[in-house]
Amino acid sequence: MADVAEEPKRRDFLVIAGGTMAAVGAASLLWPFVQQMNPDASAQALSSVEIDITPIKTGQAITVLWRGKPVFIRNRTNEEIEAAKAVELAVLVDPLARNDNDPGLPATDANRTVAGKENWLVLVGVCTHLGCIPKGQSMADTKGEFDGWFCPCHGSHYDTSGRIRKGPAPQNLEVPPVTFVSDTKIKIG
Amino acid sequence: MAQHESTYKPSNNFGKWMDERLPVARLVHDSFVDFPTPRNLNYLWTFGGILTFCLVAQLVTGIVLAMHYQPSADEAFNSVERIRRDVNFGWMIRNFHAVGASMFFIAVYVHIFRGLYYGSYKAPREILWILGVFIFLAMMATAFMGYALPWGQMSFWGVTVITNLFSSLDSIIPGLGTSIVQWLWGGYAVTGATLNRFFSLHYLLPFVIIGLVILHVWALHVVGQNNPTGVEPKTKADTVPMGPYAIAKDAVAMFAFLIPFAWFVFFLPDYLGHADNFTPANPLVTPPHIVPEWYFLPFYAILRAIPSKLGGVMAMFAAIAVLAFVPWLDRSRVRSTKYRPVYKWFFLLFVITCLALGYLGSKPADGIYVFWARIFTFYYFAHFILVMPFVGLLETPKKLPNSISESVLGKSGGGGGDTVPSGATASPEKR
Repeated sequence: MADVAEEPKRRDFLVIAGGTMAAVGAASLLWPFVQQMNPDASAQALSSVEIDITPIKTGQAITVLWRGKPVFIRNRTNEEIEAAKAVELAVLVDPLARNDNDPGLPATDANRTVAGKENWLVLVGVCTHLGCIPKGQSMADTKGEFDGWFCPCHGSHYDTSGRIRKGPAPQNLEVPPVTFVSDTKIKIG
Repeated sequence: MAQHESTYKPSNNFGKWMDERLPVARLVHDSFVDFPTPRNLNYLWTFGGILTFCLVAQLVTGIVLAMHYQPSADEAFNSVERIRRDVNFGWMIRNFHAVGASMFFIAVYVHIFRGLYYGSYKAPREILWILGVFIFLAMMATAFMGYALPWGQMSFWGVTVITNLFSSLDSIIPGLGTSIVQWLWGGYAVTGATLNRFFSLHYLLPFVIIGLVILHVWALHVVGQNNPTGVEPKTKADTVPMGPYAIAKDAVAMFAFLIPFAWFVFFLPDYLGHADNFTPANPLVTPPHIVPEWYFLPFYAILRAIPSKLGGVMAMFAAIAVLAFVPWLDRSRVRSTKYRPVYKWFFLLFVITCLALGYLGSKPADGIYVFWARIFTFYYFAHFILVMPFVGLLETPKKLPNSISESVLGKSGGGGGDTVPSGATASPEKR
């Protein structure tokens, strides 16, 4: 018996096939237990808001909540727009525009705003380092070395286009999906 | 050591009856009464018992607090305030739990540094040590999630900053980090959904710690305790039974430990916390200066010392992971730093480094603080990766005592090293 290699039997086939199916079943049962932790339907339902921007005067900014995150809407002054446009791309830490409307473009100021509405800068107000809310929305706030936003947690400086210029943050502030519903109303998400 | 013969004698008929069916009394007697402990253990060896006490205290107070706490974004902050004001003795039980977390970490840090100083991680205690590292990790996770529960500003932003550490994975695979973070949050930001799952896991993890502690104690009872000389017990004269000797000493130390514990609970319950946490969580305002609890400060300093997001995160996790490799990084022939004239000074420097990183972690991340955090972060890792292997290989250790009893009682008679210590003469192999 022992010196002859045993031929696979029908039982061996059944054991392997049955065991494999049981493993596949167990693994697929794991998925719901992983997936239940992802954002649920009610969290996803909050994924679009409309905002009336008439009350925001030039030089002012407001913060609204979108998907539980603050969104900065800034009505920029001409000087701020000029300053943002004058920046050479070569000096930017993050060369990408991070604009959800059209991702992957170079980080020029034009690629981070809507054409013809350059004074409106809409940003997700979450520092791309570790998620703090940068200062710079109210007049009294310190706005950092580049006159945009400054994150007090770990010292990231953003410019007037919301681009990271100095500090540990790796990416420019995200531009959420923005559409102008009318001249006075925008939709985020 | 663990293979010593059982000396359990049931004292009555019920004990005998039970012993033949479920010998749990025998297990306790052999493990915690007649267990041989080195006779030269000092007070640093009492922290194992103190830590067991801390774990039980956190469990008892925590289970009680969970009866009154409400894990929802709207109610969490208020329910903690209600516990402190309205629930009968809630103020005291909450203080025990909150202060207890800090005391738990004080004890575990003493325990870890004791192990590092006396080489308690060296063969054959590697698994014992690594289980300890896992317990430390589980403690950190539990403490982090527990700190989220009062849902004050520091809770909220601490959770935001720490969970965002995982978003650094975006720089390896774009989108991976963001997906993981949203999975942890159950939303697109930290919300009540995050709080609810943290509460569930904060309740679960202590029981995981109990499991790990059982394995830790089991491993300890297989290899036996290390001792201040680092010389293994050779004869019966080198050990004393755990009960009453070690147990009595543990009890003295525990009462001493409970004095500062009670002082904080009754007189300074919020001293170790942050004033910002008495402001309810607000997702639109970040406090100007986010700092973790004191026991995470050295690791936080390491995180901020590295000028790259992913690099900082990796350094912080590496600072803990490196502990698991200590049994193989240390190339010294002797265990105890008492007999290591050169390494002794590096060890002192390492202790200073950890304290300095703790101080720097509490300071803002700019200017001179970052400079020093980088210096000390460098030494933190150099201690493990350079000092431990090379000093271990190059230094000449002092002469070890022949046995534990020799180090305690001195050499009997006037002879040299060949004189056998008294009490060791009879059958040296019998325990």
